[in-house]
Amino acid sequence: MGRFLAGRILATIPVLVVVATVVFLLLRLAPGDPAAILAGDAASPEQIAAIRARLGLDEPPLTQFLEWIGRLLRGDLGTSIISNQPVTKLIGERIEPTLALATTTILFAIAVAVPLGVVAAWRHGSWIDRAVMAFSVIGFSIPIFVLGYLLIFGFAMELRWLPVQGYTSIREGFLPFITRLVLPTLTLSVIYIALIARITRASVLETLGEDYVRTARAKGVGERSVLSRHALRNAAVPIVSVIGIGIALLISGVVVTESVFNLPGLGRLTVDAVLARDYPVIQGVTLLFAFLYVLINLGIDVAYTLLDPRIRY
Amino acid sequence: MSAPVLDIRNLAVALPRGGERPNAVEGINITVRPREIVCVVGESGSGKSVTAFTTMGLLPPVLKPVAGEILLQGEDTLTASKARLRELRGSRMAMIFQEPMTALNPVMPVGDQIAEALDWHDTKLSRAERSARVLALMDDVRLPRPAEMAKAYPHQLSGGQRQRVMIAMALANEPALIIADEPTTALDVTTQAQILKLMRELQARHDSGILFITHDFGVVAEIADRVVVMRRGKLVEEGTADEVLNHPRDPYTRMLIDAVPSAVPPPARPIPDKAPLVTTRDVEKVYGGGVLGGRTVKALDKVSISLRPGETLGIVGESGSGKSTLARCIARFVDPTAGEIRLGDEEIGQKPQRALHPIRRRIQVIFQDPYRSLNPRRTVGQSIIEGPMNYGTSRAEAWERARDLLKLVDMEPAGLDRYPHEFSGGQRQRIAIARALAMQPEVLIADEAVSALDVSVQKQVLELLEDIREKLGLAMLFITHDLRVAARICDSVVVMLNGKVVEAGPSGEVFGNPQHDYTKALFAAAPGHGRFDKAPRAPAAG
Repeated sequence: MGRFLAGRILATIPVLVVVATVVFLLLRLAPGDPAAILAGDAASPEQIAAIRARLGLDEPPLTQFLEWIGRLLRGDLGTSIISNQPVTKLIGERIEPTLALATTTILFAIAVAVPLGVVAAWRHGSWIDRAVMAFSVIGFSIPIFVLGYLLIFGFAMELRWLPVQGYTSIREGFLPFITRLVLPTLTLSVIYIALIARITRASVLETLGEDYVRTARAKGVGERSVLSRHALRNAAVPIVSVIGIGIALLISGVVVTESVFNLPGLGRLTVDAVLARDYPVIQGVTLLFAFLYVLINLGIDVAYTLLDPRIRY
Repeated sequence: MSAPVLDIRNLAVALPRGGERPNAVEGINITVRPREIVCVVGESGSGKSVTAFTTMGLLPPVLKPVAGEILLQGEDTLTASKARLRELRGSRMAMIFQEPMTALNPVMPVGDQIAEALDWHDTKLSRAERSARVLALMDDVRLPRPAEMAKAYPHQLSGGQRQRVMIAMALANEPALIIADEPTTALDVTTQAQILKLMRELQARHDSGILFITHDFGVVAEIADRVVVMRRGKLVEEGTADEVLNHPRDPYTRMLIDAVPSAVPPPARPIPDKAPLVTTRDVEKVYGGGVLGGRTVKALDKVSISLRPGETLGIVGESGSGKSTLARCIARFVDPTAGEIRLGDEEIGQKPQRALHPIRRRIQVIFQDPYRSLNPRRTVGQSIIEGPMNYGTSRAEAWERARDLLKLVDMEPAGLDRYPHEFSGGQRQRIAIARALAMQPEVLIADEAVSALDVSVQKQVLELLEDIREKLGLAMLFITHDLRVAARICDSVVVMLNGKVVEAGPSGEVFGNPQHDYTKALFAAAPGHGRFDKAPRAPAAG
């Protein structure tokens, strides 16, 4: 297991190198010039060229790339062209809302979806099952921004139970922190609830037909325990896979939600950086996301070995 | 005589509307007394498992008991509430299943699975008492090193050990009744003999009555006190083991007993003394290893056999003996690691896969499970003509041949336009044989080809194979774990153990006077040993 972990962590390095190269190249190939954006509409070609030179953008791409990689190796993601702040600092400021929203969303989705899926499988064909399935279809179909504005309209503007927008750090108290996260979490989690509930239902339904479930019933085990210890434990591997994929997708899914609820997270940072062609920021955030994806995959693999003793690396 | 632990009276269970008959079982009367083993014998579809599951209250919801009562120590389980049934299951009645690999939870240590049976019925046990009970139970079923084994997961145990865990679980609360549903069918003969012995021992020590479901008259002869024979949901005969086995009254029972192949081979057939068609020399197959290293398994170790045209050679052995690996190497589904395989004059063992196209037609295989070996989305005709058409036969000609072949295997040519699911297991195996023959092979490999079939169907398919090899002069490689089947159909046999050939020779010699200890042990372990070994080729009575 230790060897497996070490190997997998080492394997992240080539992945990150490839991601870094591709991101760098794509940005240079894409239309748009940060210097022109920075200089504004009234700038003369000379002014733009001066800005380019100051930012080092007039160097050959290979030199730029090597410089960037060299700084990366020292843990320096570069400096934002637009705000002149270090990218690490920008990310550090913005990561908290994103992580907070991602965590509450995934926890809420799991807490709701897994029991829903299990009950739907257990009572499959009943009204509960049909209701869960119908909810799944709706959850998949409804766009995040539509749901977000509907929830804001209902709970924040009409009922006035919750704040409309914005973010309060957990350092300023748990209650203001969580009340501002309730609506974004609800909005974002619907699609994951739909996804996880469906997979849970399908895989629990399959394990409920297995011989060991019959054995458990034959020795007089109660239904709740049959469902949790026998059916769900064995159904866990596909469910965990989907949760892992869900977490990975979530990181990109927060972009829209952060815009709707005006949360100062990484999603907003990325959108702003892309619009301004702020190369170092885009590169830094993309690398961070790639690293997180690799980490999540590793986490899923480790979870497999914990859930199923037959899986060994 | 003590009061019965189980008394099934006039039980009927309805099938869903539109089934092949209105009731899955009807008019069932079975009693089991303490310390008694009652065998319920029948072929697939006889309703023997439905009876067992009805007793346990574990029927799928589509099946509904409609008449009768099932008294477990006087208490009717048909009218018991769900909660009461749950209490009874595992405490007063317990069940052992056929396939211990799938019947145990793969992600839970076996000790915990045994403990779970205690937890739900005896809540007053302390932790220490509980684990002591688990270890005692494991010791009781002769599991080695119980303390270590309790922490093992099912996949880390052998088939026999897994079945012992199942039995320990069933015994956990000293049930009055144990229902064993084909508990040894998935096991090797030597393991089967040990488990049957264990069940007899345990039954003498505990007061349980056992309802033992089986299709195998060999097992019945080993273990039954009384026998109940079922057919298509009805009882056809009931009596003591001696009465039913030796003096069956019902023609169906007689037919079933006569269908059990004799372990004494028939007189040797004359085999034309020609050059061998298939020979292997020192064939080896090693799994695992490779560039990354790791554990290697030697599935075949210097195996040399030879098969003449017209001859049937049996490869006999238990699971893991390498018999199927040998067949796969000869058919070149897998690449042998070393050694020589010759088909006629041609060396085929080391040929690369792309050079094997002309060879494939000449060697054809019939597999064990006819439910999975035919493509469910293609008609029977499409499956049969596909091979010949790959080798350039025109569609019309291949279709014509397929019609003739279905006639050859005793089926209506109209079946060509139907799909596999419309046929019974025996019919599907006939179709699989026709499919293999469509290639006009020289060598037919039957890999456990009759093992999944009911004994009466098995007899018919064996007769068909005998008939075909006679007509077509085929060389046949017959892979089987069943010594009786091997004795019946093979001209010579090779006995394999752990990838090695331990004994080989003409069937008459190997079966009449086995030399190797393992062969002797194998014969001795065959259930009902000596009981059905009447004069070979006796005309069927009745």
